[in-house]
Amino acid sequence: MFRKITLAVVAAAFALSTSVGAIAEENKVGFIYVGPIGDHGWSYRHDVGRLAIEKALGDRVKTSFIESVKEGPDAERVIQQLASSGHNLIFTTSFGFMNPTLKVAKRFPKVKFEHATGYKRSDNLSTYSGRFYEGRYVAGVIAAKMTKSNVVGYVGSFPIPEVVRGINAFLLGARSINPKITIKVVWVSTWYDPGKEADAAKALIDQGADIITQHTDSPAPLQVAENRGVYGFGQASDNLHFAPKAQLTAIIDNWDSYYVSRARAMLDGTWKSQDVWGGFKDGMVSMAPFTNMPSDVSKLAAETQAAITSGKLHPFQGPIKDQEGKVRAEAGKVLDDGTLLGMNWYVEGVEGKLPQ
Amino acid sequence: MNGLDQLTPIILTVITASTPLLFAALGELVTEKSGVLNLGVEGMMVIGALAAFAVTTQTGSAVLGMAVGALAGAGLALIFAFLTLTMLANQVATGLALTIFGVGLSALAGTGFVGIALTPLQKLDIPVLSSIPVLGPLLFNQDVLVYLSFAMVFAVYWFLNATRAGLILRAVGVSHASAHAIGLPVKLTRYLATLFGGLMAGLGGAYLSLSYTPMWAENMTAGRGWIALALVVFSTWRPGRLLAGAYLFGFITVLQLHAQGAGFAVPSQVMSMLPYLATILVLVLISRDKIKIMQNAPASLGKPFHSAK
Repeated sequence: MFRKITLAVVAAAFALSTSVGAIAEENKVGFIYVGPIGDHGWSYRHDVGRLAIEKALGDRVKTSFIESVKEGPDAERVIQQLASSGHNLIFTTSFGFMNPTLKVAKRFPKVKFEHATGYKRSDNLSTYSGRFYEGRYVAGVIAAKMTKSNVVGYVGSFPIPEVVRGINAFLLGARSINPKITIKVVWVSTWYDPGKEADAAKALIDQGADIITQHTDSPAPLQVAENRGVYGFGQASDNLHFAPKAQLTAIIDNWDSYYVSRARAMLDGTWKSQDVWGGFKDGMVSMAPFTNMPSDVSKLAAETQAAITSGKLHPFQGPIKDQEGKVRAEAGKVLDDGTLLGMNWYVEGVEGKLPQ
Repeated sequence: MNGLDQLTPIILTVITASTPLLFAALGELVTEKSGVLNLGVEGMMVIGALAAFAVTTQTGSAVLGMAVGALAGAGLALIFAFLTLTMLANQVATGLALTIFGVGLSALAGTGFVGIALTPLQKLDIPVLSSIPVLGPLLFNQDVLVYLSFAMVFAVYWFLNATRAGLILRAVGVSHASAHAIGLPVKLTRYLATLFGGLMAGLGGAYLSLSYTPMWAENMTAGRGWIALALVVFSTWRPGRLLAGAYLFGFITVLQLHAQGAGFAVPSQVMSMLPYLATILVLVLISRDKIKIMQNAPASLGKPFHSAK
């Protein structure tokens, strides 16, 4: 009995899909987040982008998300689950989802995939990322003006190019103002562990850092900065209410317009595999209001941001030397995107060795 | 700056890193001593963290927050006790389910509290004594939960080794059949021990969300409940060693962060491994006496008990 009904349903569904075509199909967009949407940082901003799709496209699409997916073998299972449950477009929003996404994309050639911050693409797999280093450069400029100890503490997650690039951009920004600035980096080997991130920030302050910045997802390091009376920067979203006296600005990830345009392209049938790396200019990266600083510093920060937006200034403009003193970019030259994407060396001024 | 001045902030950070572990592990130690294996520590901690944070932000009273945090942990423990002690469900499976339940429930119930900032717990300054150089700020200028955690180590030690109730609890943990035969209340003892474990895990969670990182974030315990569980086993169920283990773990965690900041040329991946390696190694080495382990381990750990058996 049950089987007969199932068969009938399948037959009906098949008939419908062939006769009515794409219109009757339900369009679903799926998201996979590495952290909880309640992290108030990275995953939260992706979810804001998902909600923007719902707002802009209304009934034309349904969205769903799975949060706190660990990077690793389990991710493949989760992506596969989304792909096999009728999602037409799937965003996988962390670097560590790269290989699992590629594998699942091969198995589901009709489903479209978008992987954030990675570099492996195929006919149905796009990559996209923000040029967050532009924001880091501006933050570095501000830090150089605000520090007294000339030591910046940087809480890092994992030594991958995305993070290393941010550290380097921050330092180059800082050194463009004050060549005495150095950066101390502490790796916590996690994207999200408020306690450990806080401990790392405390360790850095104890070692003389009076500016704390981070490439991890919770507001804990910023909160430590507030309690210890030093300055800090918000990560991924504006966290001023966590640190009303300490936050100088925040680098804000802004996925809304990209997500809406990609979902629309999927609906219109114009979706193509591509690689997008957007910065200030494209609205993918923006800065929170400049706070807790004198007006000349906020003016300088705004000018720096404007110069990067207009293309007059590139954060990775030569001369750039690495830690060993080797010249990586001659004066007047700019590092190309390939070099930036694979960055696995520190610029001069970062302390310690980069774990390989 | 001399060496001692540098050491003080390190030790202060170590205390904050170790306190939640100590609370949760002490509670689990008592639970396990009665023969109950509750793997739901992580779930009870995270529920405690949320409850404490929610109540403190709503009422403005951190004391009330701590109390509710502890009770929330105990509430979850009560569910566990009912399922495993009354309904005789498998303890391992139920404990795992309790962790998943606690993490999920707190995430759901906590959505309204994400992104709210809280002033950290007040430090209790003991006048005069706190101005002693080096030792003063370490010993006499901590928040109330840190003092409580130390007091609990002694209380648990005293309870287990010097009281009649402690003796009953240990007897129940070693052999519930014999304990039952001589008329000891096996089920009641285990209920109380499990509830105590929940209270302490809840307090450990409260410390996280009120003092360590004063905010609520989903899954903010980040595996500390599991470390607490491991500490209980590696300390061979002895409160003194548990204290040493929790602080050793906290110390190496913080020390490796400092070492990285100071530019030691050791890969950060190895550094992250160190706290686990060192703690296991030290605790295994100091507790390698087989007879002592046999004496301390609760022999009926995890076994279901029914009076008809």
